[in-house]
Amino acid sequence: MKKIAVLIALACLFPLAMHAMGQYFYIGFATRVLIYAMAAASLNLVLGYGGMVSFGHAAFFGAGAYIVGILAVEGVSSVWIAWPAAIAVAALAALIIGALSLRTRGVYFIMITLAFAQMMYYVFVSMKAYGGDDGLSLPTRSTPGFGIDLRNDFVWYYLVLALLAAVLYLLHRLLHARFGRVIGAIQENETRATAIGYPVYGYKLLCFVISGAIAGLAGALIANHTGYVSPSLLHWIQSGTLMIMVILGGVGRFWGGPVGAAVLLTLEEVFSGSPLLGDYALHWQLPVGVILLLVVLFAPQGIAGLVKKKSAFA
Amino acid sequence: MLLLKNISKRFGGVVAVDGVDLDVAAGEVHALIGPNGAGKTTLIGQISGSLPTDSGEIRFLGKSIAGLPQHDRVKAGLARSYQITSIFRRFSVLDNVALAVQARSGSSFSFWRPVAKETGLFEEAFSILQEIGLENKKGHISSTLAHGEQRALEVGLALATQPKLLLLDEPTAGMGPEESQRMIALIQRLINRPESRVTVLLVEHDMDAVFRLADRISVMVSGRLIATDFPEKIRMNEEVRKAYLGDEVAA
Repeated sequence: MKKIAVLIALACLFPLAMHAMGQYFYIGFATRVLIYAMAAASLNLVLGYGGMVSFGHAAFFGAGAYIVGILAVEGVSSVWIAWPAAIAVAALAALIIGALSLRTRGVYFIMITLAFAQMMYYVFVSMKAYGGDDGLSLPTRSTPGFGIDLRNDFVWYYLVLALLAAVLYLLHRLLHARFGRVIGAIQENETRATAIGYPVYGYKLLCFVISGAIAGLAGALIANHTGYVSPSLLHWIQSGTLMIMVILGGVGRFWGGPVGAAVLLTLEEVFSGSPLLGDYALHWQLPVGVILLLVVLFAPQGIAGLVKKKSAFA
Repeated sequence: MLLLKNISKRFGGVVAVDGVDLDVAAGEVHALIGPNGAGKTTLIGQISGSLPTDSGEIRFLGKSIAGLPQHDRVKAGLARSYQITSIFRRFSVLDNVALAVQARSGSSFSFWRPVAKETGLFEEAFSILQEIGLENKKGHISSTLAHGEQRALEVGLALATQPKLLLLDEPTAGMGPEESQRMIALIQRLINRPESRVTVLLVEHDMDAVFRLADRISVMVSGRLIATDFPEKIRMNEEVRKAYLGDEVAA
């Protein structure tokens, strides 16, 4: 509990410290980390806890982003309409994709989730009315009313932080409640979970939908953050990036998603902007790849797994 | 209690179960024996619902259950154990059984209240651990248990669903003589429970266990039932001796 309080305090102080140092760029960077932390945490719910290796998570992330983008272009920028709509559409997409994909297993599940995500990618590529290939610029950030202006980077940072904290708390409750235990049991031994009376398919599907909904919220945030949505948000590379975050951070570790997002984005920032690497900075993926390899080989529980050893269900 | 009529199952060209009729009466221990590959485990899979049935009728407590998915059959009181141990290996022994108790007590579509606060769940699970003799191991991660203990937990998981009919697929598989004796004693305790007496359909290769436990025995050879009778009659049955028991004596 103490550690969490310290973590929250640090996260709250971060923009103030950056402000004091005049490093405004890092406030925006940290906001991006928080948003990806949410997306990665949502993937970790299905991948790490549910044992469902979804290779199409960008579909829900991108869908959430596009809903906010399209609504903004159409003149609906209210947080209270656009964001719930983003979550609902992402959840619906997860329901449909999950209902079909969860009939398969293993490699087939990976491939079919990938295929669905790529289908959605091409749907948005072909939507000429909303920018097609080029994507879509948002005229403004969503408006929450009550005199709050999300265009202020501090306000925006703290809102994203609060939402991430809320999502993580929700996930924590869920994982320690009956539902989370069933999900863990299914991941561990699906045959046995069925044999003691759990309708396994329903639990997996609901887990998938919850995860998709959270990814949709993260998507709504990223659209607001960058002020721009493009099909690349739904591309399989995006799904892969989220997966790398989870693997780096720790598959099935509570902090795996957030830690992985922070580490990967920081590495990208460091390597791609490093003057030391000179022209090679373009190939920042190479050193990141080496680090990923080392983590997989020597810390299969991920970075979060190094920090804290816990039993599977504590 | 359980009535099978003309049950069949084929895998491609292989007929694994070929027109089996079987009835298991309430309160009995009904043993199903037969050589390896006779289709016993396939039949258990069909009864429990993990394998779809090609044709025939399965009635349990007077109702047809052939169309029910496995989890609904468990709710109706039909639970199975596995020949190859199937437990939640990373979970503690108590958590294993608590999961099975949770499955039948209230909804598990609960997202907020911590399970750790549901003392009733763990009390019930603990009483099942006492019944299967694992109460001293409750905090152990189940994969660290000895083979015999894992087999007992396997039965405990099925038991925790409060079955009316327990399908035990070779409970003594891979056990030494001493462990087998303990398993036999456990099954005897279950069938002699003062309340909530359990009916058992037992697949077993250990003839000592079969003849000590069974009220009736069915013999399965190449997908067909060749006899169902009382143990002493089965012992005398020429066809059975030739097909099965004789082999074992000769070996």
